[in-house]
Amino acid sequence: MIQNKYIISLILLLLPLTAWAGQEQIIVKEGGEISSVRQAVEIASPGDHILIQPGTYHVANLEIDKPLVIEGVDRPVIDGESVGHIFVITADSVEIRGLNLINSGRSYVRDYSAILIEKAKDVIIEDNRLENVFFGIYLAETERGVIRGNRILSFERREAASGNGIHLWNVKTAKILDNVVEGQRDGIYLEFVEGAEISGNRANDNNRYGLHFMFSDNCIYRGNIFRRNGAGAAVMYSRNVDMVENLFEHNWGTASYGLLLKDMSRSRIERNRFYRNTVAILSEGSNDITVQRNDFELNGWAVNIKSSSQRNEFLENNFIENSFDVATDSPRNPNRFEGNYWSHYEGYDLDRDGIGDVPYRPVRLFSMIVDRRPESLILLRSMMITLLDTAERIMPVLTPETLVDEKPRMERIR
Amino acid sequence: MKLLTHIVQNEWKTLIRGKWVIGYGLIFLLLTDTLLRFGGGGPEVLLSLSNVMLLFIPLVGMIYGILYIYQSREFVELLLTQPINRKTLYWGLYCGISTPLMAAFILGASLPLGWHGILMIDPSASIMVLALGGVLTLIFVALGFVLGLAFYDDRIKGFGFTIVIWLFMAILYDGLILMAIFMFGDYPLERFVIGATMLNPIDLARIMVMLEFDISALMGYTGAVFRRFFGTAAGLFTASGMLAVWLAVPTWIGLRVFKKKDF
Repeated sequence: MIQNKYIISLILLLLPLTAWAGQEQIIVKEGGEISSVRQAVEIASPGDHILIQPGTYHVANLEIDKPLVIEGVDRPVIDGESVGHIFVITADSVEIRGLNLINSGRSYVRDYSAILIEKAKDVIIEDNRLENVFFGIYLAETERGVIRGNRILSFERREAASGNGIHLWNVKTAKILDNVVEGQRDGIYLEFVEGAEISGNRANDNNRYGLHFMFSDNCIYRGNIFRRNGAGAAVMYSRNVDMVENLFEHNWGTASYGLLLKDMSRSRIERNRFYRNTVAILSEGSNDITVQRNDFELNGWAVNIKSSSQRNEFLENNFIENSFDVATDSPRNPNRFEGNYWSHYEGYDLDRDGIGDVPYRPVRLFSMIVDRRPESLILLRSMMITLLDTAERIMPVLTPETLVDEKPRMERIR
Repeated sequence: MKLLTHIVQNEWKTLIRGKWVIGYGLIFLLLTDTLLRFGGGGPEVLLSLSNVMLLFIPLVGMIYGILYIYQSREFVELLLTQPINRKTLYWGLYCGISTPLMAAFILGASLPLGWHGILMIDPSASIMVLALGGVLTLIFVALGFVLGLAFYDDRIKGFGFTIVIWLFMAILYDGLILMAIFMFGDYPLERFVIGATMLNPIDLARIMVMLEFDISALMGYTGAVFRRFFGTAAGLFTASGMLAVWLAVPTWIGLRVFKKKDF
């Protein structure tokens, strides 16, 4: 009896091993038995594991139509030789990791990409390096993909001749984690995406937007960095988006924003830091957004909120030495500012409850002057302008009377 | 040269005995320290400090310069009877009073910045604010000298002009620029506006402060001339070059007047 038990448990132990033995390992090696990736993919059966040894391999338009794991040992170079896509994934559960993909094709008509994932589920793209590619990782009509820890670096400076780093179109519940995207057109681009999580990514020095985001509801951004992008980050036409703990900095230019909100609704912007952007947040036609506990420091304009935006709330934010705290385009402004810290606030707190006794008007007269005559920007920080602003604050005539923080904080909110 | 240092040293001694300069330095020390204790982080303090600097250093510098000329009249005239080169005497007097004033500001402001760690956190911005304060002191003491020598016997007029010039440079000048912008708004004004601000040392210093703290806002402006001026090193170089001109011209005029004056 006892022996029987042993045998049964032994068999149980070995079962997974036999299943694993079914997944064959195929080794691709320069000068080896199998020397091309295409050959390996062709002979592999579903579930196989392809190991690519160090070296340089030429791959173009290789379709992966069965579930495979493709893994690089010491990051082999996969050269697309500037024709078309490199990998095209059309099967579910494909994993690609540890590769160095270079030179995808470039085209003004087709979106050539290093890795194109089309109509596939549960694809994992992990720890790859992509260089000199047109589009980096392109997900189209996929579900539950994971894109993690990839570095995408290109050096094309012309906007029209560069593609997006990570491009999602019509995707459900994808996870985009800890990637680095530099020098593409848009760092991360999402269109018609549902329930994506985008965390820990860095999108720097891209030609257009670090993040470009449209028609994508129920998504979460957390802990990303968007730095020195041509036009900052743009989120548009979406509902129920959470943007938390991101860093937007050094996005400079005439049409450059830390964060552009256009026709957004019911979203949350919390604990982000906006540092030295031309406009930290520009809001156009966006409604019911809560902007809470963010830091706005040394931006040109901290918040430029057009009157087409309604019922937005700005609570407990720190506005620190921005050239302009709030700008708007109409005397009526249906948004609420309350309990923020404004470093330009000059009121007092006699009852010592930490809240200033005099309301703060964050719209300066000077911002309206600059709006009418942009050249006058050169007079910023002039004594003359300070006098004008002070006069206007005491007796508001031109600035919106309703745009007031009734409970400005005396100290920075930590 | 030996004579020059001798005069300068002598000046320093008198100034320190007068305690005026020490008080001036202490004011900046207290101000900066209070700002740092109650005003929060680095950029806020540096900007408040630069606002104070842009407003008061020109006034104090000019008053100090003119006051000196008036007060030490007998002393200067006594020295003039000695076989001393007038040029040497002028530089001795000018350096003797402008450098302690400059040192008082720089020391007074930099000590609290140092012990609160701002100098380490934001060295470029702190040094810029301190240096601008120093240069403004030199420029306006020289202007005070010129005014004092020009209205040597009419003190009321001298002080009157000092106040008017300060008011004009610190406040009215920008008002005039703003008016011009609104009156001639239909014309391309960028070059004019930049040119006009280059002619006022307070505006020059203000622009350099802006280049440090407001560059993100400046880059939001669409005009090409502005972008080229502020977006490259050109702005910084032109502004500091013009400041140097502003330093050279009044001191030189002062020297000319001093040399030719029949005391």
